[in-house]
Amino acid sequence: MIEVDRLGRTFKVRGTVTHAVQDLSFGVEAGEFVGYLGPNGAGKSTTIKMLTGILAPTSGRLRVAGLDPSRRRTALARKIGVVFGQRTTLWWDLPLKDSFELIRLLYKVDRGAFRRRLDELCALLDIGDFLATPVRQLSLGQRMRGDITAALLHDPPILVLDEPTIGLDVVSKAGVRDFLRRLNAENGTTILLTTHDLGDVERLCRRVMLIDHGRLAFDGTVADLRAIVPGEASIEEAVTHLYLSSRRSPRTPPPRPAQDPPSVTA
Amino acid sequence: MVRTYLLLVWAWTRAAAQYPVSFALMTVGGFVASGLDVAVIWVIFTNTTSLGGFDLGEVMFLYGTACLSFAMADLLFGNVDRISQHIRAGTFDTMLIRPVSPFVQIATERFVPHRIGKVIQAAAVLVFALARLDVSDGRAWMIPVMIASGTVIFTALWALGGAAQFLLTDAPEVANAFTYGGATLMQYPLSVYGGELVRGVTYVLPLAFVNWQPGLYVLDREDPFGLPYWLRFLSPAAAAAMALVAALAWRTGIRHYRSTGS
Repeated sequence: MIEVDRLGRTFKVRGTVTHAVQDLSFGVEAGEFVGYLGPNGAGKSTTIKMLTGILAPTSGRLRVAGLDPSRRRTALARKIGVVFGQRTTLWWDLPLKDSFELIRLLYKVDRGAFRRRLDELCALLDIGDFLATPVRQLSLGQRMRGDITAALLHDPPILVLDEPTIGLDVVSKAGVRDFLRRLNAENGTTILLTTHDLGDVERLCRRVMLIDHGRLAFDGTVADLRAIVPGEASIEEAVTHLYLSSRRSPRTPPPRPAQDPPSVTA
Repeated sequence: MVRTYLLLVWAWTRAAAQYPVSFALMTVGGFVASGLDVAVIWVIFTNTTSLGGFDLGEVMFLYGTACLSFAMADLLFGNVDRISQHIRAGTFDTMLIRPVSPFVQIATERFVPHRIGKVIQAAAVLVFALARLDVSDGRAWMIPVMIASGTVIFTALWALGGAAQFLLTDAPEVANAFTYGGATLMQYPLSVYGGELVRGVTYVLPLAFVNWQPGLYVLDREDPFGLPYWLRFLSPAAAAAMALVAALAWRTGIRHYRSTGS
């Protein structure tokens, strides 16, 4: 479903070159549920943006559902659902149901199929009560469920989620997790999820990939991940170990974040 | 693509219709504001009988055709100048994950039909001008051709300006200088300007093909700058060339899109 081969992306900021992603290779088969981890600034979001066609890679080869994302963006859009936890893909001022109607038009989903799909998702994600509410008035948990619904209205075989549980309370989080597990198990949807919440990984993902400094630092099952640290290690301990060890002995000089130097006069 | 465009425009128009007073006020506002341009021309003609060698009817004709082209492009695609806002807010990312050209999405996003006020005003001026002029039937065919070509040329300018935003991110004014500036420039007969400027808008940025060159044909006038006669028929070619350049620039811009953090 996803093939990534020696993928790289650099950013040039005022003459300084930053390697956000470098020499990244992995594959994801249909029906997998993969957790994609990494510290802040490791290259997770850059990878997601290349997989979804938002950013063009600077090097390497990339195929999602058999398509080159940045060159076949519109064809890919029909086969992939994308959820950004940090920002909504819905229209801020429109009621949820109007946002869904616009998405129906954009994806050219026929009315009957749309109706059935929306009823199904309404029941599973429990969003029926606030369909008429403008998106800006929704709580974060409600908005996230709305966003997930929006990403699935065209019934894509692949779902990519960038931090979907960020900021959610325990109940909302459990609801989202339960839904994603069922979607993967019953529908066979391939799911790739980035998160900082290791509970998401433990409860959902059979496979974990960890990226650091733009490179793949780990790829295996959750059990493999735990086995990295000797003894009865928790997943937190294993991930902490990986983050810290790569920080102590970076294989490449760590990329400088693109920001202004701190002001000393303030 | 046209169908999707229309469906999206309709969806946003319905959303705007929930605020009918605001819609009505903005439409009237657009009509009145652009009406002031005509007042300026009127004032000029109370003091003189010709402007750059053209009488009132002819000036109104050039004004009307330029404004109608511009107002059509503004109504249909003027939203494209909001691209830098979309890039900064990160909403442009969202447009890229949808199966519709981001150009169509930006053009239709929050489409409010109040810009129709300017279209009506420009059309009214053109009708007034045609009533005063005596355009021969053999030459009238050029009028719809020049308006369509002009609409394409202004739309292409917006797309070029939008494409520049991918590199500049924060300078919509640069693009507006060419779109709004270009429209204002073409409201008067080019004979009031210097020859250098006229050559520039003929051979470099082909604004002269919006109304000036085809207008000389419709009005059956000598070119005051002595440029070749056949230029009068080149509006569709100029529009096609501009559209091609704009489309290439837009594609290149998107490939150089850098997105925002997180």
